[in-house]
Amino acid sequence: MNLRPSDTEQLNAWKRVIIPDDRDLYKIDHYLAHGGYKALKKALEMKPEEVIDEVKRSNLRGRGGACFPTGLKWSFMPKNFDKPKYLCVNGDESEPGTFKDRQIFEYNPHLLIEGTLIACYAMGITTAYIYIRGEYGKWIKMLQKAIDDAYANGLVGEKILGTEFSTQVYIHRGAGAYICGEESSLMNSIEGERGYPRVKPPFPAQVGLWGCPTTINNVETISNIPVIISYGWEWYSKIGTAKHPGPILVGVSGHVNNPGVFEMPTGEPLLEIIYKRAGGVPGDKGIKAVIPGGSSTMILRGDQLEGIRMDAESLKTAGSSVGTAGIIVMDEDTDLIQVITRIAEFYYRESCGQCTPCREGTDWMFKILKRFQRYEAKKEDIDLLLDVANNIEGNTICALGDAAAWPVQSMIRNFRDEFEQRVQTSRFQEIVL
Amino acid sequence: MLSESNLNKVEQLRKRYPTSQALVLPVLWMVQEQEGYISEDSMKYVAALLHIPFGHILGVVSFYTMLQKNRIGKHHIEVCTNISCMLRGSVKILEHIEQRLGITVGETSPDKKWTLSEAECMGSCGTAPMLAIGDEYYENLTLEKIDKLIDNLK
Ligand SMILES: Cc1cc2nc3c(=O)[nH]c(=O)nc-3n(C[C@H](O)[C@H](O)[C@H](O)COP(=O)(O)O)c2cc1C
Ligand code: SF4
Ligand code: FES
Repeated sequence: MNLRPSDTEQLNAWKRVIIPDDRDLYKIDHYLAHGGYKALKKALEMKPEEVIDEVKRSNLRGRGGACFPTGLKWSFMPKNFDKPKYLCVNGDESEPGTFKDRQIFEYNPHLLIEGTLIACYAMGITTAYIYIRGEYGKWIKMLQKAIDDAYANGLVGEKILGTEFSTQVYIHRGAGAYICGEESSLMNSIEGERGYPRVKPPFPAQVGLWGCPTTINNVETISNIPVIISYGWEWYSKIGTAKHPGPILVGVSGHVNNPGVFEMPTGEPLLEIIYKRAGGVPGDKGIKAVIPGGSSTMILRGDQLEGIRMDAESLKTAGSSVGTAGIIVMDEDTDLIQVITRIAEFYYRESCGQCTPCREGTDWMFKILKRFQRYEAKKEDIDLLLDVANNIEGNTICALGDAAAWPVQSMIRNFRDEFEQRVQTSRFQEIVL
Repeated sequence: MLSESNLNKVEQLRKRYPTSQALVLPVLWMVQEQEGYISEDSMKYVAALLHIPFGHILGVVSFYTMLQKNRIGKHHIEVCTNISCMLRGSVKILEHIEQRLGITVGETSPDKKWTLSEAECMGSCGTAPMLAIGDEYYENLTLEKIDKLIDNLK
């Protein structure tokens, strides 16, 4: 099967594997009856390094935001080691515009558990923590029920499926902090610290949870593992685009008729996702702007979407990135100054405050943008804003700094006219002139 | 201070983590679920229970926005005002709730029934606008839905 997502007729040809139509998969008996945990069994019959090799060859890239090759990440873990090793499954899902991992907790929790177990087996890990944002209390209960059922069926815990392989899987609940989705902050949060990101290197595969080798993967990434093991790397690597293959959960929100999460092969044109899957824009209005992958990714102009696809290469060429594949659509009447001010407010509030450029910079950007919003900005404020953003980028401990800078930089690059208009209607216009 | 059954849960939790400090967040959640908020006395109690300095517990409680240091209203309404919700009318939703409850964002009603907060994205952008009350999400909100919700909670 070689799906070419560019073909329109392929839209519905994709048989979903991460979130299938079947709404009973959360029940363990049903999941087992439909081939569930067979991938685990298959993996346990392979050598751990063969499992890692399979994932490497599949070309799976992380779905948590950075598109890092998963097999490669796994291979960084030391092989023979006398201390424990850990897996953290990242279900913090706090990036504005992102609501996909929640679907997995709700509709296919055993796929996530099965993937977690295979990952642990491949890397010789005996404890996995699934970190879930505190607001997802309802979904934590759903996943916990699935984990309990898996324990009761001998699929998690000691001597899994009668083999020598044992692994514990625990949920750790966050408590409201966007930064805890950043991998090193997440580890500090599990350790009972404040969620401050750590300076890298050392990387988690060397020094992670409690100083031990640790791998952190997103919920959706881990849910792809059983699929790869079941169908084989060759099948998987041909889904979607070669450099960033596989099924991907794309969220569409904002000004669309039919918002939601859609599973599709990577590489589908953004315009088709917006018009065919998400039902187009209400009132048949034009699209002014699109954020393609959650609020941290660079904003795109609505009139330049032609040819841009939902995959790492295409979005990079277009000057943005896949991020969490959370598309936010803004129609022609949207006040982009209001949008970017709200985004800036978010990063200002969520900055942990450890590094000066991020702490001070996010504060400055928010303050300057509020001047634009109140029609009090001067012409020089546009470049001042850009200057502040440029000074944050690349100068911080974690990527939240960049995430705060990129939306502002790209907004000015793509919509400078909106800022200039705001200045022209400014109350201080006479003073400026 | 923690109930018998919660203390049992703490003992179970100890098996999950190699350090007792890792229990700070789960135990603080337990306190909040039992008491409704985390008082200074509770923090001292948790510090003693887990053999962690009080200052550390205080630092953790202050860091996480979901941990409440003060007693709040019986129903804590949190309205998401982030981008996807904003594009779908969260500003009007928030104004309407403020009017209905007679309090503004950040306030608790004098009868301690309501606390109203503005929240960051809660992962419901596809069903925006939305609000949460405790663990319960209310999605695809309209002004009528809010009226019904508030009436039913009275
Ligand atoms: C500020 C910030 C927030 C993040 N939030 C999340 C998150 O909520 N979920 C997630 O999976 N990754 C998040 N990440 C990315 C993680 O640091 C990490 O790269 C990811 O979990 C790795 O998983 P993957 O390789 O499977 O993509 C965040 C990164 C930053 C800088
Ligand atoms: S970049 Fe911002 S969020 Fe990240 S460590 Fe520095 S201050 Fe904290
Ligand atoms: S923006 Fe409101 S739930 Fe995501």
